[in-house]
Amino acid sequence: MERSLFGFILRYSRREQLMILPLVIASMLIYFSMLDLPKAIINEAIQGKRFPVPEATVAFLKVQITLPHILGGASVQLFDGFALHQLPYLFALTFAFLTLIVVNGALKFQINTMKGWLGERMLRRLRYALFDRILRFPLARFRRVKSAELATMIKDEVEPLGGFVGESLIAPTFYTLEAFTAMFFILYQHLYLGLIALAVVASQAVIIPRLRRRLLVLSKERQLGARQLSGRIAEVADGVIEVHAHDTSNYERAEVSARLGRMFRIRFELYQRKFMIKFLNNLLSQVGPFLFYLVGGYLVIAGRLDIGTLVAVIAAYKDLPSPIKELIDWDQQRLDVQIKYTQVVEQFTVDDMTPAEMQAPVAAPELPAAGAVRVSNLALAGEAGSKLIDGVTFEVGLDQHVAVLGSHAAGVAELTQMLARLVMPSSGRVEVGGIDMTKAPEAVTGRAMAYVGPSAYLFPTSVRDNLVYGLKHYPLRERIYEGQELAEYEFQRSEAKRTDSTLLDYNADWTDYRAAGASSREELDLRIVEVLKTVELEETIFELGLRSSVDAANHPGLAESVLRAREAIRTRLAGPGMQGLVEQFDAERYNRNATLAENLLFGTPIGKKTFDIENLAGNEYVRRVLRETGLADDLLKTGHKLAETMVELFSGLPPGHEFFERFSFIKQDDLPEVKAVLGRVADAGLDKIEDADRDLLMALPFKMISARHRLGLIDEAFEARILQARRHFAEHLPAQMRGGIEFFDSASYNGAATLQDNILFGKVATGQAQASTRIAAMLHEVLDELKLRPQVASIGLGYQVGVGGARLSSSDRQKVAIARALLRRPAVLILDQAAAVLDGASQNRIVTSVLEARKGRCVFWALQRNDLAERFGHTLVMERGRLAEQGRFADLKSSGGALQKLLSTG
Amino acid sequence: MSLEQEFELIRRVPIFSTTDPAMQKLLAFSSDRLTYAEGQTMFSAGDPPDSAYIVMEGEVDITVPTPKGPLLVNTLTRNDVIGEIGIFGDVPRTATAVARTRVEVLRISRDVFVNVIRGNPDSAIALVKILADRLAKTTAQLRRMAAETSR
Repeated sequence: MERSLFGFILRYSRREQLMILPLVIASMLIYFSMLDLPKAIINEAIQGKRFPVPEATVAFLKVQITLPHILGGASVQLFDGFALHQLPYLFALTFAFLTLIVVNGALKFQINTMKGWLGERMLRRLRYALFDRILRFPLARFRRVKSAELATMIKDEVEPLGGFVGESLIAPTFYTLEAFTAMFFILYQHLYLGLIALAVVASQAVIIPRLRRRLLVLSKERQLGARQLSGRIAEVADGVIEVHAHDTSNYERAEVSARLGRMFRIRFELYQRKFMIKFLNNLLSQVGPFLFYLVGGYLVIAGRLDIGTLVAVIAAYKDLPSPIKELIDWDQQRLDVQIKYTQVVEQFTVDDMTPAEMQAPVAAPELPAAGAVRVSNLALAGEAGSKLIDGVTFEVGLDQHVAVLGSHAAGVAELTQMLARLVMPSSGRVEVGGIDMTKAPEAVTGRAMAYVGPSAYLFPTSVRDNLVYGLKHYPLRERIYEGQELAEYEFQRSEAKRTDSTLLDYNADWTDYRAAGASSREELDLRIVEVLKTVELEETIFELGLRSSVDAANHPGLAESVLRAREAIRTRLAGPGMQGLVEQFDAERYNRNATLAENLLFGTPIGKKTFDIENLAGNEYVRRVLRETGLADDLLKTGHKLAETMVELFSGLPPGHEFFERFSFIKQDDLPEVKAVLGRVADAGLDKIEDADRDLLMALPFKMISARHRLGLIDEAFEARILQARRHFAEHLPAQMRGGIEFFDSASYNGAATLQDNILFGKVATGQAQASTRIAAMLHEVLDELKLRPQVASIGLGYQVGVGGARLSSSDRQKVAIARALLRRPAVLILDQAAAVLDGASQNRIVTSVLEARKGRCVFWALQRNDLAERFGHTLVMERGRLAEQGRFADLKSSGGALQKLLSTG
Repeated sequence: MSLEQEFELIRRVPIFSTTDPAMQKLLAFSSDRLTYAEGQTMFSAGDPPDSAYIVMEGEVDITVPTPKGPLLVNTLTRNDVIGEIGIFGDVPRTATAVARTRVEVLRISRDVFVNVIRGNPDSAIALVKILADRLAKTTAQLRRMAAETSR
């Protein structure tokens, strides 16, 4: 990568810059003629200088070449022009003027567009190149640089470059030319005055850059400060648990504030200096006219200069500052951008970067199939020069299961990372099936081997995408584009080519089914289920599927399946011993296991925008329904009674009692307010209270569940009135609110509710012992019977895992990572404490099932629990970076060697 | 199914009879009313204890697993409390409870129960009384069994 900004610009945009140059010169010429033309219009056409008599004509567009005097001064008429009278001549000239305006505008438009493209292309190239470098950094680099800082550099710091690149060569060339012309003009007019102008400009050129030096330092500091700030913000966000756990939020506030203070100080000085320089610059350029008037005036009085020349010189000098000013501005911008460029490039320059060839895209590299893993004299030097791994040599067959044991700092993690070629060994070889892995490209190492670390990373996509992630090495099946899409694709492709970006199509199908042992998407799904079972994740995914609400339009056949399952559940619920476990929704009945709000809506709100189930009483339409059906009064009375009961029950409790959280309809903080409302009701009567009090009381009963709260406040007559309101609500629902709710309908699928709710179509009854477990079992049975399990699991695979997989538990995250590695059937599976976060019993089961699934295929597993090594055919025992002993666990454990020592201490 | 009914019941249960009415009401409100079918197991010996029960209706058999099979130690009826040992002892269930008939119970969760006892010394004494009674009964049973085996 070019160290200097101009090296970068010249190398990649020289041709395009040169293409703009003629346009700029053409535009300049036109501009000058535009300045000249008004003179002709006024003097010749309007004032009629060239029309001494009314019948006189003037040749318009005459083309004539006159040779200089030295060559004889002969002139050749190429085109005689059109003979025009005064008025037509005026028209001709003014229209010529208009044409020039249009042509100049068009040229400017073209120049600006080209400059913009040029800049954007260079920006794209730079960003891509920087990102490419991130992917080629050695792992150790990531320990020293914060991810947020990398992102800021690529995103923000190089941004001004785009604007600058378009101007980088053209602007200085142009303005220098302009300045030179003016300077030359002045010198030509009068030598002394010219020298004065030159001296003023020269002093500007010397003094200003000197003053700028400090600016350079400052803007470097400013950039660094801004980058570190974004790094710090990301740090605090990542470590927010520690911040709260240790009450250091104010320490962090102070730290960031101090940082902002330093940045303010830098910016403050920066502004001050910037404007100071501007002031000096202006002053210097104003000194010019002062000297001209003084010296020029003296010369005129002394009779050594004619006044016309002086005026011309002053006019020419007046034109001089503008190109000079532009040049100075350009220089300012150059410095700024150059600093940014150099700083960013410095950060992205690493000595031991992976060569680009190592990551070259390959469709199907030759992968090791049989043979052995041969490690010889493997060594790794630490950052401080110590040897983390030293002289490790062993050989195991590609069909063997190997446990790697060692106490803390024995070098187990380093060894596994080197085996997976994530870390390049300092010396020695790792050979897999005859291929030297230390020299093989990533297309081989990343496919022949799979690595799962102690806390694997999941991308914030669905579970399925995370599992399939390991199969995306190369676009295997091209996407066919047509019409508009094809044009867009070709455009993108040609742009990518221009900026040396990758030409691989992101939208193609990258999934390598064969690597997973499948030939189609359907088969891949089967394989996914298989590996999920191996890591005991299938049930979890199935549960996630049950708890998802999905749009039936995206899952053909789902709605019918769900309705069949609903029917099957209904039949079972009618069977012996099952009655009353679930109270199903019935349009004609009040559901005593649902809240009053749910009973009223009788549907699932879609989002919270139209109907928020938590705040239904505040909804305008709901209020109208309540008023129109006369339910408002009932609710007010019920709310009043409820408030009385709550106050009676909860008043005696000490503040902060957990009952408030668990049972009350009223928050503890609101209790005094409710008491006050009750007091006002006692004074004024229920029908004379204020609106605010009324609203508060009316909102209370909405969360009441008759069967659970057993307050006896909703009798059958009240229920009947709620049913009436329910019908009224549905019938009069305004058209624009229809999209806000999906009503319960026993004959149709509800896209807003979860699959489980859809299938049960009701509420689990409270008061039935172990109802939830029994229903869960019933649900499983029904779905198995109807063969819907795969479909539900497939929906569960669409579950979004969140940032870093945060929506999954840490053990489920590890399971997904192991499944991802298993899915692509690598020749060597390397796991470093991959199951350590799991509980003991799960670890036992998963180690066994993974080894079972990998029968006849190589596994290296760095174990935290030594006893698990018994299940492996071979054991490596590491001790302070060296391979202390190897063999069968059973033989080693009582041989008096390193393993026995390890077992007795650990 | 009304809170009033359960409130009445709780007032008659010895442990809670001395607590103040607001607490009794709260207890009724915060507990769950559950129905068990005949023969259904409420909990088994070894389960983690999470709640205590007050029998409202029906009969519950309490058995202890022995090498010779389950041994019936008690049959509880209306107003009896089941499972309070586990709550305070922090040990797995010592016995198995099975509904002999259709049973209706009031389930009081562990933390609610502990809270009530903590706030009412009288309830604590009532609880100690029950436990003492039970210990005496068990001791007597043990003595009888020892006599039987030595014979």
